[in-house]
Amino acid sequence: MSPVIHPYTAAPALLTQAQERLEAPQIEWVALSPTLIVLGVAAVGILVEAFAPQRARYLTQLLLSVIGIAAAFAAVVGLAASGYATTRAEIAGMGSIAVDGPTLFLQGVLLLVGLVSLFLFAERRLEPAEHGRAVDSFTAQAAAVPGGPAEREAVKVGRTTTEIFPLLLFALGGMLIFPAANDLLILFIALEVFSLPLYLLCALARRRRLLSQEAAVKYFLLGAFASAFLLFGIALLYGYAGTLDYAGIAEVIAGTPAAVDPGLASTMGNDVYLLIGGALLLMGLLFKVGAVPFHMWTPDVYQGAPTPVTGFMAAATKVAAFGALLRLLYVVLPGLQWDWEPVLWGVAIASMVAGAVIAITQTDVKRLLAYSSIAHAGFILTGVLAVSEDGVSSVLFYLAAYSFVTLGAFAVVTLVRDAGGEATHLSKWAGLGRRSPLLAGVFALFLLAFAGIPLTSGFTGKFAVFRAAAEAGAIGLVIVGVLASAVAAFFYIRVIVLMFFSDPQEGGPSVVIPSPMTTSVVGLAAVVTLVLGVAPQYFLDLAQQAAVFAFR
Amino acid sequence: MSFPLLTATAVLPAIGAVATAAVPAARREAAKWLALLFSLGTLALAAAVLLNFQPGGDRYQLTESHAWIPAFGVRYELGVDGIGVAMIALTAVIVPFLIGAGWNDADPREGETPAGRRWRPTQGFFALILMVQAMVIMSFAATDIFLFYIFFEAMLIPMYFLIGGFGDRAGEHGEERQSKQRTYAAVKFLLYNLAGGLIMLAAVVGLYAATAGQLEGGGTFSLQAITEARAAGELTFAQNTERLLFLGFFLAFAIKAPLWPLHTWLPNAMGESTAPVAVLITAVVDKVGTFAMLRFCLGLFPEASVWATPVVLALALVSIVYGALLALGQRDMKRLIAYASISHFGFIVLGIFAMTSQGQSGATLYMVNHGIATAVLMLVAGFLISRRGSRLIADYGGVQKAAPVLAGTFLVGGLATLSLPGTGPFVSEFLVLVGTYSRYPVAGIIACAGIVLAALYVLILYQRTMTGPTRSTTERMPDLRPRELAVVGPLIALVLFLGVFPKPLTDIIDPAVDHTLSDVGVEDPAPEVEARP
Repeated sequence: MSPVIHPYTAAPALLTQAQERLEAPQIEWVALSPTLIVLGVAAVGILVEAFAPQRARYLTQLLLSVIGIAAAFAAVVGLAASGYATTRAEIAGMGSIAVDGPTLFLQGVLLLVGLVSLFLFAERRLEPAEHGRAVDSFTAQAAAVPGGPAEREAVKVGRTTTEIFPLLLFALGGMLIFPAANDLLILFIALEVFSLPLYLLCALARRRRLLSQEAAVKYFLLGAFASAFLLFGIALLYGYAGTLDYAGIAEVIAGTPAAVDPGLASTMGNDVYLLIGGALLLMGLLFKVGAVPFHMWTPDVYQGAPTPVTGFMAAATKVAAFGALLRLLYVVLPGLQWDWEPVLWGVAIASMVAGAVIAITQTDVKRLLAYSSIAHAGFILTGVLAVSEDGVSSVLFYLAAYSFVTLGAFAVVTLVRDAGGEATHLSKWAGLGRRSPLLAGVFALFLLAFAGIPLTSGFTGKFAVFRAAAEAGAIGLVIVGVLASAVAAFFYIRVIVLMFFSDPQEGGPSVVIPSPMTTSVVGLAAVVTLVLGVAPQYFLDLAQQAAVFAFR
Repeated sequence: MSFPLLTATAVLPAIGAVATAAVPAARREAAKWLALLFSLGTLALAAAVLLNFQPGGDRYQLTESHAWIPAFGVRYELGVDGIGVAMIALTAVIVPFLIGAGWNDADPREGETPAGRRWRPTQGFFALILMVQAMVIMSFAATDIFLFYIFFEAMLIPMYFLIGGFGDRAGEHGEERQSKQRTYAAVKFLLYNLAGGLIMLAAVVGLYAATAGQLEGGGTFSLQAITEARAAGELTFAQNTERLLFLGFFLAFAIKAPLWPLHTWLPNAMGESTAPVAVLITAVVDKVGTFAMLRFCLGLFPEASVWATPVVLALALVSIVYGALLALGQRDMKRLIAYASISHFGFIVLGIFAMTSQGQSGATLYMVNHGIATAVLMLVAGFLISRRGSRLIADYGGVQKAAPVLAGTFLVGGLATLSLPGTGPFVSEFLVLVGTYSRYPVAGIIACAGIVLAALYVLILYQRTMTGPTRSTTERMPDLRPRELAVVGPLIALVLFLGVFPKPLTDIIDPAVDHTLSDVGVEDPAPEVEARP
């Protein structure tokens, strides 16, 4: 039996060892370039806020962000083309970040989502001009008390919150790292990096500021809880495995640890730590995914946040969080499959059923879409539970398809307005199809895609996850999924009924003509929805090629 | 590569739909003519399909096959057997008449101000009809199960807008109540069919998983590949798997067809929609359900089909009698025709699952004849309703004195519906009964009750609406206009022609039916001659 040496008492010895082996950390600049570009541009954005004159900020920030995201996307494409997605997958940044197929696929999707969201953020033709200045859907001055003199003053001089651009980029940067994290600490840092800007962004609505701030506080408090759980889980897992490295933990679980850390000899390999730690870790991730029973924040936050932020959050958070969940389950915890599988079965079924059923009673478009996103989290979990390469590729495809439909839907929500801003109450949407057939038709297309009607991307995605689950023998999940889809179809159809078969109300909302930015978002989302529905092969291939996780 | 005739037949109406929808709001009349033109073009292509089809040739002809979504093993595979040809021909024949019959149905009504500059109901109405036609033809031609499923499911959407968006001129019931009922009917239609379709999706996924596990080339949805693999013994389903898959498929088709007790959406949908749309539902769209039972249920799951036969026959018999009894009790003439259709779908399903060649030939022939006969009856009923603004039978009386031609065509449609000898439905109903009786005598006898009840509900309907003293409302009822006559006349001629000379159709259908029966592995029962001592 080896003597137990506490690491702190042994510190001098370790220190000398470390000095001998001290090397500069090796950073693979190229492999990490997408993330670095986005975070770098975000930092520059802050400098712009500090030094550029008020009038020039909007355009500068917008251009800077567009260029930054486009460059990052080009970097992702370059990496994928040079084989990082398939043959040359590697673990970069001293074992902390995996640059492999799923990472690059999801980073590509995230960057596109970010770019598209950026256009929604920057839209300035929807709100009526205040004192001769075009304004966006974000508050004039976040620090001002709602309705107070400071706010009136800020509105009067035409302040706008251009900080949203760097905030968006920081969030995006965190999201890029989240699915790539190959180390529990990096996972946690990425989570915080993308969560904190989102909490802030939620609070910045120009109209209904109290609702917006309430949403932000709710999101922040619940998010902080979830982060704490996650962190506690990480601590326990460290105690169990003596390492934070994904592959290292997996090896300990598999019973082949590289070396036993003497300082952790009393806890290492103790399954209690593993099970509790793993469960807490899953809780943290399922919270971000918005799966039942960790979904409570979704409707309130979706409703209260400024709609462009809601769209970005709904699309991008889901992509990033599912990416991280996939890597965690497939790389770290495969040895625990028999333990997490039944739990996630329960979560998937509960999400699909609860999301679909509760959505029926909703009367607000944004809340409706929130519950629909909960149901979709359940559908995606069905693909995750396939535990196969097909499962991974189906989830990747589903995420890509879903995020564009979501963005398109929220973009449409920003356009339907009355005197009080966005008219999100469903009753106000009555007869919209008669006033603006084209816009209502596009929204109907998105709803049909959510419902999974054939020839839309939603159907292809749903079929892909169901197929993967069925091949893995999870027919029960498929049947629940199919039944939940039937229930879900009801409320999507209800909105279509309202838009097309109800008579328009007097004084109902009108559709604002937006700038080309929002128009192109809606158009792009519609095109993607149709293309992924009718000719999805190229993208399925892409997802298929990208479906292998790098291990070491 | 030869000309992709089937694709062209399916795509032409889709192009027509887009073109019609694009016509500016003010050029309403142009949109109507454009839609008619495209439907006639589709008819010409369908005629070419019919002429290029050789009854004695391969089982599936005019085949096309391209990779579509290899990741799912999905191919763009088209092909028709005799049954498919007959159904495509029916669809192509009916739709131009529906366009003619619904010529003014979607126009803004007098005194109604258009709700928006871009709101174009007329264009939308005809575009949606053409879109449904395109999708129906595609599902008749698809031999890849996934491809079939896509169109089987997608056609619900335009159909839903047709039911919910366009209704009869409101009578004394008031616009608002009628609009509510119409929405209810449309949603009910969609939810029933979507639920069925989604259950079928689970079965489709299950079928893929079953084939992917056994076939070397991975999972497939190709009907031919699966049939061949089963014949060669490379693919076998466990008994329970096959039965569950069969149930998944059958449920969807039974809702579409519709079979008792899944029928309740049909009376609502047919009652609330305009007459041409009601005909589109019952004569065209619902036929996909019975057609798919023949092609997919029997073709893919022969053993399970035989296993399920007793239950299916019982449901079919209940449909026949129940539908007829409820038709007898209706006060609304469109709902009456809907219940009559449920009774007739019972006959079709009975013929299919009797598993005899007469039964299945009769059932296929019945699909065509029922489509045309119901079209006549329903369209004339629609003309009648548009004159008076009420669907209630009790609001009419003595119409034959004021409008003899209208009454006459209504009578012919009614007589065809009750299968009078000399009309098309008689031949098919007779074949179904003979085919059923030769294997299941008791079922055959019970089904005969449907004939008697049909005579009752049709003749009572005629008596109450057309004969007797005229009412103040029916006194000056105008007779059929030339457009209306041009719609009904050819259809009546077709009903009579098929009643006297069904051979051209049966020649095409019979070989396909024999193939289907050999899939199932059932032979016609040999005629028994009781030996006398």
